[in-house]
Parts: sequence; structure tokens; C-alpha cells
Amino acid sequence: MILGGKKSMEFIKPAAKVRGGVRVPHRKNTSECATVDMPSPKTVKIMMSQHIGAPSVPCVKKGDEVKVGTLIGSPAEGLSSPIYSSVSGTVSEVCDAMLSSGQMSKAIVIESDGLMTEEEFTAPTVETKEQLIEAVKNSGIVGLGGAGFPTYVKLSPKTPVDTLVINGAECEPYITADYREILENSDDILRAVYKIKKLLEIKQVIFVVEDNKPKAIDKLLEVVSDKQDTDNSVRVMKVRSMYPRGAEKMTIYAATGRRVPPGKLPADVGCIVMNITTLGSIGRYLENGKPLVSKRLTVDGSAVANPMNVRVPIGTSAADIFEFTGGFKNPPKKIIFGGPMMGFAVPNDQIPITKSSNALLAFDEKTVGKMSSSDCIRCGRCVSACPMSLMPAAIERAQILGDVDELNSLGVRNCMECGSCAFGCPAKRPLVQVMRLAKQIVNKR
Amino acid sequence: MEKLTVSANPHIKGAATTQRIMLDVIIALVPAGVASVIIFGWRSLLVIATCVLSAVISELICRKIMKRSNTISDLSAVVTGLLLAYNLPVSIPLWMAAIGSAVAIVVVKQMFGGLGHNFVNPALIGRIVLMNSFAAAMSHWTLPVMYQSGADAITTATPLVQMSNGTAVKYTDLLFGTTGGCLGETCVIALVVGGIYLVCRRVISPAIPLVYIGTTALLTFFAGFDPLAQTMSGGLMLGAIFMATDYATSPTTTLGKVIYAIGCGAITSFIRIFGSIPEGVSYSIIIMNIVTPHIDRLTRHKPFGSVKAKGEGK
Ligand code: SF4
Ligand code: SF4
Repeated sequence: MILGGKKSMEFIKPAAKVRGGVRVPHRKNTSECATVDMPSPKTVKIMMSQHIGAPSVPCVKKGDEVKVGTLIGSPAEGLSSPIYSSVSGTVSEVCDAMLSSGQMSKAIVIESDGLMTEEEFTAPTVETKEQLIEAVKNSGIVGLGGAGFPTYVKLSPKTPVDTLVINGAECEPYITADYREILENSDDILRAVYKIKKLLEIKQVIFVVEDNKPKAIDKLLEVVSDKQDTDNSVRVMKVRSMYPRGAEKMTIYAATGRRVPPGKLPADVGCIVMNITTLGSIGRYLENGKPLVSKRLTVDGSAVANPMNVRVPIGTSAADIFEFTGGFKNPPKKIIFGGPMMGFAVPNDQIPITKSSNALLAFDEKTVGKMSSSDCIRCGRCVSACPMSLMPAAIERAQILGDVDELNSLGVRNCMECGSCAFGCPAKRPLVQVMRLAKQIVNKR
Repeated sequence: MEKLTVSANPHIKGAATTQRIMLDVIIALVPAGVASVIIFGWRSLLVIATCVLSAVISELICRKIMKRSNTISDLSAVVTGLLLAYNLPVSIPLWMAAIGSAVAIVVVKQMFGGLGHNFVNPALIGRIVLMNSFAAAMSHWTLPVMYQSGADAITTATPLVQMSNGTAVKYTDLLFGTTGGCLGETCVIALVVGGIYLVCRRVISPAIPLVYIGTTALLTFFAGFDPLAQTMSGGLMLGAIFMATDYATSPTTTLGKVIYAIGCGAITSFIRIFGSIPEGVSYSIIIMNIVTPHIDRLTRHKPFGSVKAKGEGK
């Protein structure tokens, strides 16, 4: 097994202890569910805003014929990303539609012919850093863990970087999409890792995985112990499972002991952080040149009849996916895009999947329940739960008073809306909502 | 399809509720209540029941009049009632106990907006008000039943007074609570058991009780007192474990808690060393309650990454 001879098969321990966080239930019911491919739905609605930055510009019109992989949205000026058709068929409409976050964006609706005919793809030639960045830009890959930050930008940092941190923490309950990526596509992940490591002259690569996924850790240990890693610089780190260990700043701190200051980027402390599925997708693109047109999702929740992992064409509506997975066992009362801690509850089931969706959950009446909130009892649980060391109870008091200076001095801008504070609050204060409102009044100034 | 619920994340919440926290405090107070019945007889149960009932009824009426939601189910009024009862002598006339409880709830808690909004501990103010209105009844200490002989209840002094008069007090009496004093404050064992329960249930952090008791032990020791006897008497255990840890009136950060507890311990020690009033614990906690907002402001956390830490600098 140990081809290099020197390679340690051991995982490494966190470099620093992350404070805060909450113990959330794991509910990884789908860990053993191998990914099932969903066939083409009748129509897909592909949003032009699937990433952080400027929305892509539609470059097809009604009536155009498209194949899987046809460019339908070209990247706008500045921070943006290309968007490709996920099915073959005819463009039936270019319209405005709602994203899971509630924001509106342009969308291209494609009537599928059900054949899934593909464009001709050729693997990109990637021998230099510039070629790598160009290839990743063309692949349409953005942060697939949920953030949706265009990945090529991360590969062109303005400050020198020495560390690639690979986020496989997947700390949200229910979601096993990244876990399945590790088990099913480790070759793709490694291909991307070594390419990036070589071309960006990265000194160390650290996979960060929570200790509730022993199989993933074993798998990674097995695959990184090959001869490509001659200097033993690709390592697997096991971190205690605690929400939100997968948050970018927390992962960097655990992996390297470096703290990203407020308002700074990972590159400012010499790190690139990538989600594990993002890397897998880069690896696949390097192999065959097929851009990002489908996405693995965990479908689960108390209302779902058959929890499973499915790979769906981007733009498939929640309704079509639920239908494919066998529908509901109880009437759904809440549908969530993403995990239960940070995901978005959507108003209807027609909302389409985007690149960065990683879960689709449906909960029944009983689980959703009624959460009535009472007065804050100043118990301090939110303060000890906040990974960003903020003081949510004090922020709520300042928000009610509309005290902008106080909100600034409490550092509300640093809140990443992870929901740890609200999860543990005995008075069930709607703290994340408070944080959003507080940020709004601060940003207005 | 039915109408879907749209709400902000997180979509799942932890099990902690205000009610469960208060229930834990009540459970933690049970041993001391049982001890008080054994030590002072059934009347102690009567005082406890009166205070709790008065607290709950006051809260109910008060919320009604103020046209606010009914909050008795959060059990915080029960906790206030219990704590006040534990701070009263067993011989107190029941109507006085009822008044104290009503004052604590109405004036200190509800008039400031209810649970979490009061800036001083309601039970302590209840005690101080009674102390100043009915000084005699409030310092009438009955000898524990096991030391009683005749039919008439014999009175005694509290251990603190005995010690300052030069009478030796047995450690075992202090531990088991078979001394004169407020009905819930004497039995150190029962109070510590309750405190350990609260820490295990993560209702309180051990910072406040440990630092408060430690500071008092240290300062009284340097002043030439017996630190063991000092920490086990005068209601220090009850105060440090159950009163000083009240969420609404103590700081939220750990550093804040430590500063606050040092303050409590220092004031308690000074009152004991230089003064002679028995309720030093009550006054010191109240003083520190008032300082709490300032401590909170001074010990505010900086957002993650703001402070340059060791090993950084990249
Ligand atoms: S956790 Fe809730 S009740 Fe406790 S201090 Fe924070 S906001 Fe208040
Ligand atoms: S939502 Fe914001 S304030 Fe609450 S725990 Fe997360 S970062 Fe802290």
C-alpha cells in the first residue's frame, strides 16, 4: 500500500483548537447511498446567477437548439462564470425567475429532447498556471460547497500562498454529497490536487474531514499514500465533528493555526480553501473537458420517502427531483435548498437547482412545528456558540435600538450567518434574522 | 401543494428551552429544600410554599394587568420564590414571606420588563426589603430541631455571629447545616450537590461559584479568619452557586464572570472583616449586579481574527 515507502498512514491532528460551535444532530442517513443518476427532466430552468459576482449574460435565444455542454450564458465583465446547458433540446424561453435565496435572476428554460446528446469535449492542455486558470474558468466551476465563489479567482491569488486546504468537513446535518465524492471520485480529486499543487507551487495540502466520517478518512489516507506525493506533503486531518467546522475561516484555523482577520481573504494568510466536490469537478474537467452541467445532491428530510444521493442536471426543479426520488411519505411543510443550518427555505417547489446546491430537504408539519420565541434570558449560550466570537444577544439589543455605532463596535459585519447562536438559544430568538437586519442598517450608513 | 413555510435559518434548533433551564435550577434546589425540612421542621416547607405561590400569583396578575403574555410556564417565578424562601428564617410570619416574594416579582422583575430584563437579583432585593422593614422577624434564628429539647423553640445565633463572638463552630454542623440561619442556606452539602448538578447540566459555568468562594477564602484567610468556616457559613454557598449565577444579572463572557466573582468575593470579605452585617453576601451580589453592564462592556469579545495571536504573523 505505501508506495513511497516514507508515507505515514496516519491522519494529522488539528493545528489549533477552534472555539465555539454547536453540537448538531448528524442525521447522515444517506452516507451509504451511492449516487444515482437522474435522467433528463422535461424542462430545465438554468439561472444566470449561480455564483458570487456578476450574473452571466444569456447567449442563446428562444428556439435555439442546444446540446449538453453548449454555452448558454457567457461570463460578464469582472467576477463571473460561464454557464452551460445541462440537457439537449430547444430553448423555450429566456425569462426572470426566482433563486432559492429569494433573489431574482435571468433564467434560460430549455425543453429537453430526452436524448442528452453531448457537445464534443476535448481535455484541456494544462501545463502552466495560466492554462490552469483558463481551464478552470472555462469549466464553469464555482465553489460547490454552497458559496458559489468562482474557482478560477481562487487560483490566482494576489498574495503568495503555500497551503491548499481541502474542505471535506461537511458539518451540516443530513448532507453526504461531499462524502460520496470522496468515496466515489477520489481519483478526480487527487488529479486536481496534484495539478494545482504543481502549477501553483503549493507546499502543503491538507484534507480536513470530521471524525464522524471514518470511511472517508480511510479512503483519503489510502489514496494520498501513492507515489505522486514523494515529499509527504499531502496530508489528511481529522477534526472533531462540531458545527460549523466547515466554515472557511474555521477550517483554515484548524488546518494551519492561521487566523484570517476580519475583512481579509484566505490568501492573505497564504491559504487557498476549496470544497472537495469542487476539486473533484476540476479533476473531471481536466480529464475530459466536460464542463459543469450536473450536481450531486442529498435528498432527505422527514417528509421524503426515499432519502438518497442523486446526480441531477443543473436547472432541474425541486418538484422534478422529488418526483424522481419517489416523492413524499408525509406532506412537505418546508423545502430547504442546502442544509438545515444554513440552507434557504423556498416558497414553492418550482425553484431550480444551481451549481452550488448540495442538498434538497423536505420536512413535514411535525418537524417544522411552531417555534415561539420568548425574551432573551441572557444565558450567554449564543456568545459561547459563536465561532466568530461575536455577542449575538448584545447585537440583538443594539439592533432593536438601531444603534449603528454599537453594531459596528460589536463587529456584526463578521457574522457569517451560520446559525449556531440561534440553534442553541433556549429562548428561540430568531438571531440570524436579527444579524441580517443589523447588517442591513450598518451597510446603509 | 400545501403552503410552504419560509423562515430564516437555522431550520433545526437545539433542545434547550428556558423552561428546561429553570426546571434544572429547581431540581438543583431540591436537596437544600429537603435539608431545610429535616433541619428546621415542616414549617420550612410552609415558608417555601408560601413564597413560591406568592411569586407565581404575583407574576400571573402582573402580566395580566400589564397586558403581556403569560409567562408562569417558564418557571422563573418558581425559582425566584424558592430562592427568596431559602433566604428567610424559618420562623418568619407567612404574610411577610408572601410580601417579600410579591415585591421581588412585581417591583424588581416585572416592572423592568420581566425575565432577563431585571438588573438586580429579585430574590435578593426581596430579602433586603424584608430585612429593612421587619428587622426583628428577619433575624430570629431558630435552633435546628435536633438540638431542640423542650416544647418551646429555642433561638440561636448564626455561625458567623458565633465566630465573631469567639465561639467555635463545628465543621460538621456547617457541612450538614445544623446551625442557625436562613432555611436554605445552612446545608453546604445539599447546596454543593445542587451546584454540581447545574454545572453538569451546563446550566451554569463553574467560573462564578469557584472564583467567588475562592476569593472569599483567600481574603478572609489573610485577614486572620478561618477560611473554611467562612466559606461554609453566612449563605455564601447559596449566594455563590444560585444567586450570583443568575443569568440576567451576571456578565456573559468568562472573563467578565471571573471579574464579577472576584468583586463579589472581595466585597463579601470586606463586609465580614470590617463590618458586622450578616447579609454581606446579599449586598455584595447586588452591588456586583449593578456593575455587571460595565463589566460586560469592558470584557466584550473581539471578532475572530482581530487579535494578533501567537504563531500567526504570516
Ligand atoms: S442564547 Fe438566546 S437567551 Fe441566551 S443570551 Fe443568547 S439570545 Fe439570549
Ligand atoms: S450566525 Fe453570526 S452571530 Fe450567530 S453564531 Fe454564526 S457567526 Fe456568530
